[in-house]
Amino acid sequence: MADEPLVLGIETSCDETGVGIVRGTTLLADAVASSVDEHARFGGVVPEVASRAHLEAMVPTIERALKEAGVSARDLDGIAVTAGPGLAGALLVGVSAAKSYAYALGKPLYGVNHLASHICVDQLEHGPLPEPTMALLVSGGHSSLLLAPDITSDVRPLGATIDDAAGEAFDKIARVLHLGFPGGPVIDRLAREGDPAAIAFPRGLTGPRDAAYDFSFSGLKTSVARWIEAKRNAGEEVPVRDVAASFQEAVVDVLTRKAVRACRDEGVDHLMIGGGVAANSRLRALAAERCERAGIRLRVPRPGLCTDNGAMVAALGAEMVARGRPASDWDLSADSSLPVTDPHVPGAAHGTDTGRHGGDHHDHLHELSKDNLYT
Amino acid sequence: MLLLAVDTATPAVTVALHDGSSVLAAESQVDARRHGELLLPAVDRVLAGAGLKLDAVTDVVVGVGPGPYTGLRVGLVTALTFGSALGVPVHGLCTLDGLAHASGLEGPFVVVTDARRKEVYWARYADARTRLTEPAVDRPADIAGHEHVVGVPAVGAGALLHPEVFPDARGPEHQSAAALASLAAERLAAAASGGPGGDFLPALPLYLRRPDAQVPKNYKVVTPK
Ligand SMILES: [Zn+2]
Repeated sequence: MADEPLVLGIETSCDETGVGIVRGTTLLADAVASSVDEHARFGGVVPEVASRAHLEAMVPTIERALKEAGVSARDLDGIAVTAGPGLAGALLVGVSAAKSYAYALGKPLYGVNHLASHICVDQLEHGPLPEPTMALLVSGGHSSLLLAPDITSDVRPLGATIDDAAGEAFDKIARVLHLGFPGGPVIDRLAREGDPAAIAFPRGLTGPRDAAYDFSFSGLKTSVARWIEAKRNAGEEVPVRDVAASFQEAVVDVLTRKAVRACRDEGVDHLMIGGGVAANSRLRALAAERCERAGIRLRVPRPGLCTDNGAMVAALGAEMVARGRPASDWDLSADSSLPVTDPHVPGAAHGTDTGRHGGDHHDHLHELSKDNLYT
Repeated sequence: MLLLAVDTATPAVTVALHDGSSVLAAESQVDARRHGELLLPAVDRVLAGAGLKLDAVTDVVVGVGPGPYTGLRVGLVTALTFGSALGVPVHGLCTLDGLAHASGLEGPFVVVTDARRKEVYWARYADARTRLTEPAVDRPADIAGHEHVVGVPAVGAGALLHPEVFPDARGPEHQSAAALASLAAERLAAAASGGPGGDFLPALPLYLRRPDAQVPKNYKVVTPK
């Protein structure tokens, strides 16, 4: 439908420079420039390396996305950008670019939440999100169970990791096994040829008195590392495929068990899984199996939309426009610890409190920007 | 000609508008921690102050540093994005050249800015328009005895911070986009009339340092031996 909002989204919270363009819930372009190869030799994402790469990739990636979508920047209804959470210096490049782009084009700016974007991206794959949506977000940076009655205004954290993120555990075990970085894809591949029941690794925080929806992967990581070291110290060969499969099983068992339980407890009959770890084939398979058994409809976007990308930011931005949410101010900050309860960062004049600036300030800026260009 | 100049390579967030013959409007705020928040509202106010809109801009000028990384990138990505959205060229200038131009000095001098971590960015100038050396990053003590540094004026906050090394330290302390815009206007005018001076730097950051990145030590054994 041509009257659905056309929005460009910019994502730079970690090591991917992503620019996506959507019309409503239809994906038009998803351009990504990744600096992952530059981080590989460090065994993890190096913030300054990521920030430098974002600056170089920013404008070319915007231009590539526009070309791919076959739309003119002047026809956009808004520019959305990840305002947080993420790496501060990396976020700042995207936020600065989005602001100047929106200002130059005379379009409203929407600073949105990275986690809410991970959920909203599924609209591009499976249509409008049911309300409320239950979401399990798992990546190298986050492991959260979220309940979203309204993805543009009401996202509630049910649980999160108390130590390592799920993806981080994959990276660390891959390092112990000398498999390189990132660890997720290689462990997934090796695990397919291994026995997931070969080694009984612990399931963190699954005792009767443990927090029902929180996660812990630090103990699992230590336990796997100890097991491997014991083998090495005994001069035995490490059964890499069995270790990968058993470790992976421990992670996805806990993730899916808690997610299904949250759905049941909250009376939600579908589950959305997003984030880079959602690309894991065993997580997808086990979630499908358990959801089917529990009568829960599973929604998992294709792997390319699960990892960080600009399309997810555009998807949430389009929803902000469609629901008439207020735009952000020109002094929007990059907030590395933006709470998950803030799906977006509305301008001061629209905040629930009186805010740092008076309403006049905001109106003044938007009055100027409205007829700033091309109108 | 309408130049929009921005520079965020130093603690100053500075914006100016220049029509080829004079500065129409300019603004500077010194706040090393809020470049990202301050720059765009400043651009908006400078344009409003001149009664102009962004689409009238014909050239974007940006200070490319050297400067501490995070703030430096704000000005660069803003300039590059404006350039792309407006379809106008983006000209890079060494940030130190703006301070040199603003000093108006006729004889040899150095420009010195604060590089943090007890270091300074600096370069030598023959006069306010002519830089003699590539910008460098050094500890002040290491350039104290330099034959071209001893006895010459030293301009900028980095010089004022280290009077023991730069006894003739003087202002301007902070970068101004107005000076950067004036310098760019001169160079563009010279180039337009067929003379030399149209040389700009690419709009790429001058970091002068490698990224801080430690290759992690070999995997740390968790089992006590
Ligand atoms: Zn993410």
